[in-house]
Order: sequence, then structure tokens, then C-alpha cells
Amino acid sequence: MAKTAIIGIGMTPVSEHWGSSLRELAAEAGLAALKDARIQKPDALFVANAYGSTFNNQTQLGALVADYMQFDGIEAYTIEAGDASGGAALRAAHLAVASGEIRTALVIGAEKTTDIVASARVAARNISLDADYEARHGATLPAMAALLMRRYMYEYGLELSAFEGFSLNAHLNGSKNANAMYRNKLRAGAFAKAPMVAEPVSLFDSAPDGDGAAAVVITSAEAAPDMSPNPVYIIGSAATTDSLMLQERPDMLALNAVASSTEKALAQSSLGLDDIHIFELNDTFTILTALSAEAIGLAPRGKGWELASEDGAHIGLQGQRPMSTFGGMKSRGNPAGAAGVYQAAEACLQINGRAEDNQVEGAKTVLIQNLGGLGSTAITHVLSTNNR
Amino acid sequence: MVTSLHEIVEQGEAVAFSGYGEVYSFTVVQDPPAGFESHAPYVLGLVKLDEGPIVTAQLTDIEGELAIGDRVEMVTRRLATEGPEGMIVYGYKFRKVLR
Repeated sequence: MAKTAIIGIGMTPVSEHWGSSLRELAAEAGLAALKDARIQKPDALFVANAYGSTFNNQTQLGALVADYMQFDGIEAYTIEAGDASGGAALRAAHLAVASGEIRTALVIGAEKTTDIVASARVAARNISLDADYEARHGATLPAMAALLMRRYMYEYGLELSAFEGFSLNAHLNGSKNANAMYRNKLRAGAFAKAPMVAEPVSLFDSAPDGDGAAAVVITSAEAAPDMSPNPVYIIGSAATTDSLMLQERPDMLALNAVASSTEKALAQSSLGLDDIHIFELNDTFTILTALSAEAIGLAPRGKGWELASEDGAHIGLQGQRPMSTFGGMKSRGNPAGAAGVYQAAEACLQINGRAEDNQVEGAKTVLIQNLGGLGSTAITHVLSTNNR
Repeated sequence: MVTSLHEIVEQGEAVAFSGYGEVYSFTVVQDPPAGFESHAPYVLGLVKLDEGPIVTAQLTDIEGELAIGDRVEMVTRRLATEGPEGMIVYGYKFRKVLR
């Protein structure tokens, strides 16, 4: 039996929110989630944020947001795990509620990435890399993804076009999502010709940083049916770490933390891969999607890219393994530390049949996976309409 | 034979590297972080040292094509400048072997 459930969600569009501060974005999503859950005030607030210290010169977001939302002294803090902060905060809230210490928790993922630009933004984001052995040498997150991708292409003899389908699918789905940052559809064939960010990673390969906030309200599975007509149960929750640096992994093309956290979350939920209706993987770079699919067991080693083939037949909304159903990080946009909470909120929309044009028919069980770095932190949740 | 920096730390002894290795992977950084603007675009690589470990480092003095498997050697170079008041940071980079 599940111990916790989500009873309310809220999201702002992912965009360049130059008219809103970090606290205003957080409050907008938080209030929407509270309203959806029909409660006034949570017992604890978990703020997911990765880069407040460098993007916004702001830490202690727990107190900042709790005060701004007039939560009157409740327990609150930031949960940080790089780009996996959202998944980490979701899990922290899940554990707090499951323990019985906290009755109802509010998770708000909030990130404001666009107030600084160009090399300052790259440097601000670089704090999630290894400072001494990677960032000091001029590494960036896209560059590290590129190193991984080139090695993968070399080992398996692949061309850039092999990865195109992931981005085509993300943008096709994102074009129908009012909260998405880039709602344009990508033209087939454009992927391999796009401007390079760090070759072979191009502009059409890497997710754009955006500002945004998403929130979910979590309460006990026991209390949920009395509080909500359509609770979404957290039936699996697991977090695993791997070496922060690629160079320290004995086999860097195997995302071991992804494999382990998936295995644990599925075991908790007593489900197999074929019982999952949607796989919201961490698609900040197409290579991460391909390698995650392999680590999870959706494809053999060296074949993860094949899921992107055949024009969405596998990963499209009507496919067997739907992915990035609201556009993923690529089209909806990547609000860094908030991204994992967007995944949770979007999964709830799917499960409750509220996904409108992005609806996957019959989606009752969704796996969401949030990664920090290139799989240094992997946090997996299984959400379902059934309290099994 | 060691395979990672972790193992060297576990052994608790200093290990002398020959400074030679081969390119395991590489990329060209077009969007550099602050402090690296004057170097961009620059080549960043993973170098598999002859002794086993892989290190992340810039590949410098590249003329012509670069490929996975190319032999490289370590050189000391300027990594970054932190503005008029800041440090000039020196460290290791790799270049194709001069033989």
C-alpha cells in the first residue's frame, strides 16, 4: 500500500519571467497547488531549487517563500541536488509525510535562470559540476554531455540523425502545451544541421534553461481520499547517487544510478516496465534519454537511440513508451531545480485525464525520473491512480 | 594498473604519471563560462592516461583533425583569468604528442 498521495498541483508557464521574482514565481505555483488541494496552509514546505545561490544571490528559500506566502512559521527549507532538486524535494516530502511527522507538505520547485546571461549564466550553472576537476578546466554541462555523446556515437557507429526523433517528439508534444517555453515544431532533418553548443550537442539537442515554478501538495494515502476526489498515489520513490564526475565511472555509458533508482522504485510498486504507461525521463540532452532508456531496461546497450526512430511510433503519445508528453525539458523548457516538480505535476494531469491535447489514453501509472548532472543523482518516482 | 582517481586516493600513495595518454572523447566548447571567454571556442576532452585513469582537460595546440584514440601528452598552460584583480589559473592541458 502507498503511504502518500498528491492531492493538488500548480504550475507557471516556463518562460523568461522578467516581470516576476523568484519568490513570486514560487508563490504563484504554490498557491495554485493549495487551491487545487483545497487547503489553506501546509504543515511543511520543501523548496526545490538548484541555483538560487548563483542565479539570484539567494539561499534560505524555505523561510523566504514560507514568509512571503504567510505560512506563519512553518517548517521549511531548500532541497538541492543539482537539476535533480525537484525529484529530491518530492522524495523528502514523501518521506516526511510517510514518517507521520508531517501531515501535509507543500513541494515547490522554483528556479529563475534568465536574470543573468551568456558566460555569467554558464558559470552560475557550473556549480553543479566538480569544481576542481571539471569546471576548473573549462567544462560545462553541455560539454560533458557532448563528451558522453561522442563516445557513444563512436562505440556504436552512429550519426547525429539517430537522436533526432527525441527532439521531434518533445517539440511535437510541447507545441500543444500552453506552459511550454518553445512551442515550435522541429522540421525533420533540421536537427543535425543546428548550431553547435558543444559538438556533437547542438541547440536542437539540449534543453533550454527557463524560469518557472511548479508545486504539488502531498498528504498521507489514508487521508487523501477524504481530501481529494482524484488523489495520485506515490507507489514508488527511490534515489541513488553515482560519481559526480564522468571520469570516475568505470563504464560511463552505463548510467548506474538510473538503473538502481528505477529498480528500487519499481520493486516498491511491485510493477514491471510493461505496467508503466508513460516514461518521463530526464531529456535535457538526447544522449541522456538514450542512455536512461538503456539503464532502465527499455532497450539493450547501444540501442537506446532506436526508441527515437520510426517517427514517434515508440515514444509518441500513441506509442508503447510515451515520453516527454508535455514537451519534456527540451520544449517545455528546463527550469533546472524545479524540473522534477513539473514532471510530477504533469504526471498527475495525465493520470487524472486532465492532460487535454497531450493526453495519453488510459495513462494510469507514470514513471518520472529526474537527474542531477549526467546521472550523478537519479531520483525515480512511480505515480498511480491505484493505491496498491 | 589503476583505473580512477578514487583508487589512487585509496592507495594513499603519490603516483607519478607519465603524462601520456589517448583521447577518449572530445568536444568544442562554444558557450564558455566566465573566465574562459578569451579562450573560446576551445577543445575539451576526456583523456585516458596510460596508467589507467581518465581525466577531464582541455586539448590544446590542435592543428588539423582530432580523433578518439589520438595519442596526447600533458603540458602546463593558463586555464583561466579571473579579471584584473583575480588570479591567473595555471593547470594541465594535453596536446597531440610531438613525435
